[in-house]
Amino acid sequence: MNRFLLPLGLFVLLAVVLAIGIRHSPEKSIIASPLIGKPAPAFALPSLADPAHEVRSADLKGHWYLFNVWGTWCGECRAEHEMLLQVHQAGVVPIIGLDWKDDDTQAVAWLTQLGNPYQSVATDHSGRMAIDWGVYGAPETFLVSPEGVVVYKHVGALTPDTWTREILPRVSGLPAGKS
Amino acid sequence: MKRLGARTLLLSAWLSLAATYTAWAVDPTELPDPKLQARYVALTHELRCMQCQNEALADSPVDLAADLRREVRDQLLAGKSDDDIRAWMSARYGDFILFRPRYSLRNAWLWGAPAILLLIGALVCWRVVRTRMTLLPADHEPLEEDGQS
Repeated sequence: MNRFLLPLGLFVLLAVVLAIGIRHSPEKSIIASPLIGKPAPAFALPSLADPAHEVRSADLKGHWYLFNVWGTWCGECRAEHEMLLQVHQAGVVPIIGLDWKDDDTQAVAWLTQLGNPYQSVATDHSGRMAIDWGVYGAPETFLVSPEGVVVYKHVGALTPDTWTREILPRVSGLPAGKS
Repeated sequence: MKRLGARTLLLSAWLSLAATYTAWAVDPTELPDPKLQARYVALTHELRCMQCQNEALADSPVDLAADLRREVRDQLLAGKSDDDIRAWMSARYGDFILFRPRYSLRNAWLWGAPAILLLIGALVCWRVVRTRMTLLPADHEPLEEDGQS
């Protein structure tokens, strides 16, 4: 009996480790952002609507906002757009866009054609701001608190699930729904 | 003879293609100072391309990798140390961007695991050998006695 106990224990241990691995494998493609819980990177970038005007993070302090990184070259962003329009219609939290390494005219055409869910869009031609936010693929969406702290990050097209489970509870001050 | 000629031709064509491949290397950056250049090459090989994930910055043709290489170059030219640049990168992309993970409490198990596994193996080995050593004479003695009687 005793001689089987050790191998059995090892087997159970291995099974548990593998189970955890399998359970979490879909998340492996999503890299945890070191920005969560830290102040959002400051920005002051030309606005897409009026390049003479700047979109500045300092002006956004005091209320929640979503920071959505997109580009007209990004196919997944087109798929996401409908969801962003719905979020905009809900009117709970404004969306600030970061037009990442994009052509301004194409971006303006995109918004006129598909509708504009953004309160304002900052243009990042050099791609430096996206790097400051640790963006590695569009679309990515960050939730920033009134204190200017990054609270949540969603990689890939925003889903209704993420909206209702992660973003809405935080923004409306209700306890965040985990799991 | 004719076939050999064709084969040689094919081989030389393939070899010359392979030779041009190095000339097409993803990253044409040349820094003025050979010392900086060496550090640049080392850094871009130990930082991960976040989009392709299993490639280093140096080897990736992706846009973001080019942007991150530009950051490495600019910061080297601005006199930043290798550690500064690594810290700058991991502040944005996490430790995941470092192909050579840093020592930290969170990944201590990663560094400790091989040593612990070796220790477990050694313990098991020692126990097995010890039980065998006590079993062997016990197995033999009754046999010899049986043979004698």
